[in-house]
Order: sequence, then structure tokens, then C-alpha cells
Amino acid sequence: MKPGEESRRRRTGAGLIDGLAALAIAPILGGLGCAPATDGAAAAPPSPPTQAGERAPSAESAPDGRMYGFGTAATAADIAAFDIDIGPDGAGLPPGQGSVEEGLAIYEAKCIACHGATGSEGPWDRLAPRLPADEFPFAEDPSARSTVGNYWPYATTLFDYTRRAMPFEFPGSLTDDEVYALVAAMLYMNDLVPADAIMDSAAVTNIVMPARDRFVEDDRAGGPEVR
Amino acid sequence: MDENGRSIPAESDEEHGATTLTRRGLLTGAALAAGAAISARAAKAVGAQAAPDPTKVPGARPQVVGSRSPHETPEKLISGSIGGVTRTPHHELHGILTPADLHFERHHHGIPQIDPASYRLLIHGMVDRPMLFTLDELKRFPQVSRLHFLECSGNGGAAYRVDPPTDISPQAMDGLLSTSEWSGVSLATLFEEVGAHPDATWFLAEGSDAAVMSRSIPMEKAWDDAMIAYGQNGEAIRPEQGYPARLLLPGWEGNASVKWVRRLELSDRPFMFRDETSRYTDPLPDGRARIFSFVMDAKSIITHPTYPTRLEDPGFVEISGYAWTGRGVIERVDVSIDGGATWEAAELQEPVLPKCTTRFRHAWEWDGEPAHLMSRAVDETGYVQPTAAQVRDVRGPGTRYHYNSIRGWRIAADGTIGFAAS
Ligand code: HEC
Repeated sequence: MKPGEESRRRRTGAGLIDGLAALAIAPILGGLGCAPATDGAAAAPPSPPTQAGERAPSAESAPDGRMYGFGTAATAADIAAFDIDIGPDGAGLPPGQGSVEEGLAIYEAKCIACHGATGSEGPWDRLAPRLPADEFPFAEDPSARSTVGNYWPYATTLFDYTRRAMPFEFPGSLTDDEVYALVAAMLYMNDLVPADAIMDSAAVTNIVMPARDRFVEDDRAGGPEVR
Repeated sequence: MDENGRSIPAESDEEHGATTLTRRGLLTGAALAAGAAISARAAKAVGAQAAPDPTKVPGARPQVVGSRSPHETPEKLISGSIGGVTRTPHHELHGILTPADLHFERHHHGIPQIDPASYRLLIHGMVDRPMLFTLDELKRFPQVSRLHFLECSGNGGAAYRVDPPTDISPQAMDGLLSTSEWSGVSLATLFEEVGAHPDATWFLAEGSDAAVMSRSIPMEKAWDDAMIAYGQNGEAIRPEQGYPARLLLPGWEGNASVKWVRRLELSDRPFMFRDETSRYTDPLPDGRARIFSFVMDAKSIITHPTYPTRLEDPGFVEISGYAWTGRGVIERVDVSIDGGATWEAAELQEPVLPKCTTRFRHAWEWDGEPAHLMSRAVDETGYVQPTAAQVRDVRGPGTRYHYNSIRGWRIAADGTIGFAAS
């Protein structure tokens, strides 16, 4: 059964799911190595309205195919107020821009106390420098420190994270232009862009980070083999 | 201390084992201070209440909210993280449930205070009907309640070191593990309610803490057993555990069960957030790194007898601990008293539940000679908890997260106990 099929079945009243049907999800899960819940009841989608007794909604309460009819429709403004995520394809990057020079000035004012003059002195996370691009010694060398330049697969993540979480004491306080500038500065500190670089949505999307192709799907799957 | 337990002054990630975890930190720091405070507190309470013969005086009146005996003072162990780390006192607990106020914590940016009246969960993206749900509305949906463990995937980093400390307790070593009964609404119910698109393959889960913690989760997990939980051990979820509502992904690394969840966005690709790229990925010796390594593999720990307990006399000792696996149920737990040369199957205490801790017990007669205790979990997939050397072989000494290797405890002839890796 495909996700979504159950809702179609349910909306058309084409039968109730049971433990056996839930087990059909197993092959899809196999690829991710996550076992389905072992008892059918736990894996089954929620009790159908017939079992929910008086909570079963009437046809009028959910005219658009909803099962229960609780909750309110989210408006575009409701969504915009929370929708801050940036995708690896650049989706969600706002208008604006910032230069390395502007970014280094903001870094000195707002970041240096926790991340150090060159991004490597701490006391908190090391943002720079990077190792040569063909080096990724982290599994073999416990003393090797990962940084933005040698570990992060996408520069879009740098925009997303800096905007949502930094600076630590004032998260969410930076303007979009400031975030672009800081992204430019952090990439510069990692020798990934020149000193005169300017970051905007296209530039951030187009940066190919050295670790881009390092990440692989989890191949642990239970069973006797240690991975 | 870094991911592998080495002392590096400029380092932030405390979930793998912090410098406060060794004897000095334990005894001179939190524990001593806490101990002094406790005995003062206990003395006061006991002094006020204890009667030489409690059958000869009327007892205390009942209270609207109960409290522990003043003689019992279990405490979480706090690491001085800017984000927040506390560890569960395994050695002071019985059975499998963790009292909610002793549940471990790993926050990335502190505990937010959220007014339940203004709480909303937004579900949008690849859905027919983007919706907002209040807390009361979430509670009107059919409820599910299940017992599950939660474990931080950095739990036990100190055990993976080549030279692990010996004077470390199971709380300090593996305290980022707890078990609760979680109540809430199944995510499948909510995703059907909003009309999830069949081609949505991932969803974003975002918290309303100051980290605005975000993770990408495969849709399969929603159709399997994920829930939005608002209840924990019978009461409302505690603020430290995500009040008023959190995502709960049974069997998966704790970080992905986003607390204080405010938004779910369905998509056809993962989002590549900082906490699923820079963190919570596992470097491998071939220059690659595992990403989205959600499932917690089988693991067991002995919680008694361990450091800092000392066996007083030869005689009966019940070896006891937890075993758990993110892949279903625990099939068997083996216990060794000779450092892994021979193993015997321990007794599994019912209930044995999927993606939940199972209590194991093993009756043992200590003869007063040095011994080397170990436990080894086997899960329903046939996975056998590996030795640290086996894990190092395939993942390298520097890999991060998923430290599930066999833990050992050496008992000396004088009854003192120290940690010993496998
Ligand atoms: C008060 C200390 C503090 C200040 C000031 C601060 N940070 Fe941070 N930063 C942290 C901490 C702590 C973390 C780790 C948070 C976590 O693990 O959740 C962090 C993490 C980061 C990371 C992620 C690093 C990684 O490897 O995953 C980036 C990027 C970052 N900060 C950028 C900035 C920028 C840019 C500024 C200035 C605008 C800034 N920080 C200011 C404390 C600070």
C-alpha cells in the first residue's frame, strides 16, 4: 500500500485497515532500514470513526474529505509566519545580498566571542578552516575537527542555520542581508570564496561545498552484520 | 570534551561525554554539593517527621501532590552545556520506566516556555489542506499510548574511547537514555486529515525552541509509528520533554523526535538542516559519512553492580540492567562474568516491548575473586551487540554517534568496581 492510498480508501469508505494491511508498509520501510512496529495494532493508522464513538464527525463537519474535521485551515499568512526553511536547491532563499567585507565586520561584532578570530579558536563550534578537499579523516583520526568548510555538504544550510539560530544569545535577530554577508564571510574563512565575493540567493545555491558528495544512505539494516 | 571523549578545551558538543563525568567532576562537583544539600534537606524533613515508633503517633496528612521520601534523592547529572544536557540516574531506578522528572535532557538552545492556549501545530507543504491545530484539537483525535525508549545518538561516547575512564557511573556514561509511556495522536491520523500527497517522501519537523530545531523525516515513519505526543507517564509532557507537544519517533535517535514541535512541512526531498549534516552524521573510514542514520541499534547496559557501588561481601548479587533496540524487540540478553569468555542468557523481565527498554536480571554468586561483568543484547533481527573493537573496525576510532558497544565492569577482590570497555 502506498502512503495516501489509505486516505483514499477511507474517504471512499472502501474498507478499514487492519494489522495485516499495515504490514504491507514493510517493503517500503526496508530501504530505510526501519522496522515496522511488530504488533499490527501499533502500526495501523488510527481507529476509524466507528470506533471513536461520539467523536466520529458527521458528514457536514468534514465536507472536504477530512475524517474528523478538527483544526482550522492555515492561511498564506499563517504559513509565511513560520516558513523559514531553506532547501538544498535554494528554495526559500529570500531576496537580498551581502559581501565578505560586510560579513567580517558583523562577525567581529556578533560572533567572534564564541567562535574565535579565524573561526577556529572557540570556545564554541569551529567554523573554519577547512582541510584540503580530498581529505575527510574524521572516522580514522579522532583529533580531526570538522568545520563548515570540510564537512557541510550545502551552503544553503549555512544560511538556514545562521538565520534561525545565531548569534546564540539573540537567535533570529539578523536581517537577511546580514545573513548573506555572514555566509560570505564564513565561506571566505574556509577559502571557498575570494575576498571580494558577494552572496545572494543564486550564489549561495551555486556554491559546491567540498563535502557535497561524501554523504551516503544508512546501510545498517539489523541482522548479524556489524556496520 | 569532543565526540570521542578527549579533552579539548574549545569544544561544545557535550552529549558524547563531558569532562564533568569522571570521578573528580562527579565527587567534587555536582555530587558533593548536591550531597550536602540533600543531607541537610533530608535531615530537616526526617527530623520534622520521623517518630521513634510510627505506630504510636498519627501519620502525616495527604497532600494534593505527592513527593518522594526525604530519604530518596535521585538526581539527574548536569553537564555545563550552553544548550543543556542532563543524564538519568540509572543506578537508582527499578523496572523500565523513567520518572518524568528524571528523564534525560539534551537541548540545543534551552527550554522554551510555551503557553498551551496559544500553541498551534502547522501542517503544510505537499498536502491538500494546510491546517493549524490547537492543543485541544490535537487531544480530540483518537489517542495512542505506548512505552518507548528515547536515546540520544551521542549517548555513551566515553565508552568508545580507546582509553575510557574507569571511575564512571552508568549515569555518567549512558545517562542519555530514558523510557516513558507516551500518549498522543498518531501522525498518520494527522497526515490523513490534511490530505498528505502520495508523492510526499519527507517531512520537516520544526521546534519552537530558540534553536528552532529542525529535522527531515522520511514519510514512511509517519505511516509506521510516529506520533505527536502530549502525554508522558500519565501526565502532560514536561517542559524539558517538549511541552505542550513533541514529535516522537519510536526507536530512532532522540534528536529527530523534535520537541516543542510547531510545524510539519511535507516535501519530496530532505531539507539538509545543520543537525542532519554537520551533526548527527557518522563518518566512515572510506571517506564517506552516513546521513539519516536514524535507527538506534541494539544495546544493553548493566546498571547494577557498577561503579561507584562496592560489593561488601561475597554472596548473592543480582546483575541487572536494560536492553533495547530500535528495530523491534529484544530477543535475548547474555551476561558474562569472565570478560566475555563465556556467556549465559539472562532472565528478561516482562513486559518485553518493541522499541522499549527491557529489564534483564541474572542471579550471581560472587565468590570474592576478581570478575569482569559484561552484557550483550540480541534483537529480533539477529543483530548482536558488538564489542567496541568490532565497531572501531568498521567505523573507525573517530566516528561519531551510535556508541552501542558492549560495556564491561571489572570487580576487584576488595569489591570495588571500575568501567572496562570491550
Ligand atoms: C554566545 C556564544 C555564541 C555566539 C555569540 C555565536 N555563536 Fe554560533 N554557536 C554557538 C554554539 C553554542 C553553537 C552550537 C549550538 C548547537 O550545537 O546546537 C554554535 C553553532 C554555530 C554554527 C554551526 C557550527 C557547526 O559546525 O555545526 C554556526 C555556523 C554558527 N554558530 C555561526 C555563528 C555566527 C555567524 C555568529 C554571529 C552572528 C554566531 N555563531 C555567534 C555559540 C555562539
